[in-house]
Amino acid sequence: MDFSSFLNNLTPATGFFYFLSFLTILTGLMVVLSKNPIHSVLYLIATFFCLSGHYVLLNAQFLAAVNIIVYAGAIMVLFLFVIMFLNLKQEDEESKTNLTKIAAMVTGGTLFLIFVAVFRKTQFGAFDAYSFDSQVGMVESLGEVLYKDYLLPFELASVLFLVAMIGAVMLGRREAGDRHF
Amino acid sequence: MQLTNRSKQVSNKQMTFAERIYLPAIATGLGITIKHFFQKKVTIQYPEVKQYLGPVFRGRHVLKRDEQGRERCTACGLCAVACPAEAISMVAAEREKGEENLYREEKYAAVYEINMLRCIFCGLCEEACPKQAIYLRHDEFVPVFTERDQVIWGKDLLAENMNNRYLRKAWTKEEAREQDLKGVAAEPRTQL
Amino acid sequence: MTIDVALIIKAIIILLIFGITLLIAMYSTYGERKVAAFMQDRIGPNRAGPFGLLQPLADAVKMFFKEDFIPSQASKWLFILGPCLSMLTALMTSAVIPFGDSVKYESAPGKVWDIPVQAIDVNIGILYVFGVVSLGVYGIMVGGWASNNKFSLLGAIRAASQNISYEISMGLAIIAILMMTGSLSIRHIVEQQHGGNWNIFYQPLGFIIFITCAFAECNRTPFDLPECETELIGGYHTEYSSMKLGFYLFAEYINMFVSSAMISSLYFGGYNYPGMDWVQAQLTSSLGEIAGHNVGTLIGTLVFFAKSLFFVFFYMWVRWTLPRFRYDQLMNLGWKALIPLAMINIILTGGAILFLKPLIVSFLK
Repeated sequence: MDFSSFLNNLTPATGFFYFLSFLTILTGLMVVLSKNPIHSVLYLIATFFCLSGHYVLLNAQFLAAVNIIVYAGAIMVLFLFVIMFLNLKQEDEESKTNLTKIAAMVTGGTLFLIFVAVFRKTQFGAFDAYSFDSQVGMVESLGEVLYKDYLLPFELASVLFLVAMIGAVMLGRREAGDRHF
Repeated sequence: MQLTNRSKQVSNKQMTFAERIYLPAIATGLGITIKHFFQKKVTIQYPEVKQYLGPVFRGRHVLKRDEQGRERCTACGLCAVACPAEAISMVAAEREKGEENLYREEKYAAVYEINMLRCIFCGLCEEACPKQAIYLRHDEFVPVFTERDQVIWGKDLLAENMNNRYLRKAWTKEEAREQDLKGVAAEPRTQL
Repeated sequence: MTIDVALIIKAIIILLIFGITLLIAMYSTYGERKVAAFMQDRIGPNRAGPFGLLQPLADAVKMFFKEDFIPSQASKWLFILGPCLSMLTALMTSAVIPFGDSVKYESAPGKVWDIPVQAIDVNIGILYVFGVVSLGVYGIMVGGWASNNKFSLLGAIRAASQNISYEISMGLAIIAILMMTGSLSIRHIVEQQHGGNWNIFYQPLGFIIFITCAFAECNRTPFDLPECETELIGGYHTEYSSMKLGFYLFAEYINMFVSSAMISSLYFGGYNYPGMDWVQAQLTSSLGEIAGHNVGTLIGTLVFFAKSLFFVFFYMWVRWTLPRFRYDQLMNLGWKALIPLAMINIILTGGAILFLKPLIVSFLK
């Protein structure tokens, strides 16, 4: 199949999918490649938007919205918040030594190898238009799954969050006679 | 020492629950602002409506004439000397025969100029004048300048117009004091 | 060709919603100045046109003709991106708000199109609004950081922490409503409040929490710390001028209108009003099925705008009444007062749904 016939057979949805995937990979690469951490964070936000676009294409609107609210709307704001406090003009010499470079190479290469291995072993489920339920990504079915089939893991995860929250409060607690401002 | 009876005793006592939830206080505040929202406004629409600024306001200058329409100024220069901003300058001239109906004194100001950018409207020229010739009008301002030749006012602008004479209740300090003692109210503070 | 007319009606509705949002935001600037003046026993702008009604136009012209200045040390693209993001997120929100019931149009005998007065009816409308509002802070943060000015940066940082803190309690306040209605679609929530069944009667605490958080999210006094003039000059928009500044200010007013619309549709019944069914019946009997329905929709839309504009007025009313909070007070209020209150509200609502509602239902039987 040559490129022109590929273009001719493109439906709007698949075309949009390819466009989104291209954007996702581009912005994802820019996160790593941009020198300025603020730019990295902004590209990361764009990546999250692209991912939300993918969710919308999969008819999972709830996931799309929650992805934007939680990741783009809250977590990335905190990322940006912290990075704004950094002094960007100051060159950080510690992260430029050969040792860190080698360590980064090794870990990055290992991760890449794992990805390739996983990808080779993965078997993609065939798409069956008859058994496919278009409502599977909706809030109702998601709620059913979360609160019926996976109730225990869900509650355990919330307990984990509670523990993390209490830990954060304990760390940030003001000691007796201690003043921060 | 108590200046007003509006002072409030400040205390550090624990706030009550009603005070701590803020909402009643916020409602009170909102009530006050909405009351003002519907109150009569105090604004005066300035260029269209002008407020009477009182009988002692010092506005633009006028060179008074006497009852027969003769200029009172004798170009003695005391006003120019008194002027702290050195805004006044004049050129004196001698009265010719046949000019008796124009000038009251034998010497008069051929040129009398006030630089309105320098003038601070202190009224010392008015105090200094022995002939009661120069006054600061209480009812007119110096208008806003738009050109530089409007800054220096000559006799054409300063001299009193006999058809529309400048009148006021008291011309000297003594007269004003007399008026006060008699209890004659100055012109009431109303909008013109 | 029949579907085309329906599409055109839809397009007109979308354009109208967009245009009216902008118009209202524009006249909110005028309204703000008038309300401020009236509350301070003044008259306010009255020179441009009758009663100063052309003042927004004069302001716009002024904004356009001012020098558009970009500081030399600023990060240029982000500096431009900031106000654009602010404006974009502000305008995106009004898409899912149901401004009215629906417009009926008969393309052929017996074939009636029923077009809702709403740009799009997504079944996760509230989450959409919530998501877009949570993105609104990026415009401020990016602009504040890109200005390369310490005051701007402080404003941006304040905006970020303030918005994150108040988003939580806002979301928790909405969850109580979602528990009652069982739907994420704003249109559903509005329809369930039909017949004077407004949510404010069931959720007074939730309403207070929501409106407080809405003030904080819109950066309005008493929570206008990101731009407070007395401490930070102009906060995040210190370095901005011309139409970029205009965008920031304009976005604030759009946000104000949209949040007012959200308040009136979530808590005050949206386009519902008391005696709506009676009016609707009178109209359909006198004007016919379709025309009567459409006039009824128009009245409902006007009621909706009246409610929203009241809350816009309320924003201004509060602004000229309350002084600004201190930053630690703001954080204490958000984390130590509003979030626990919102959680208590959720528990109370859940309890009421589980225990009180069956009790009342059985009592009424």
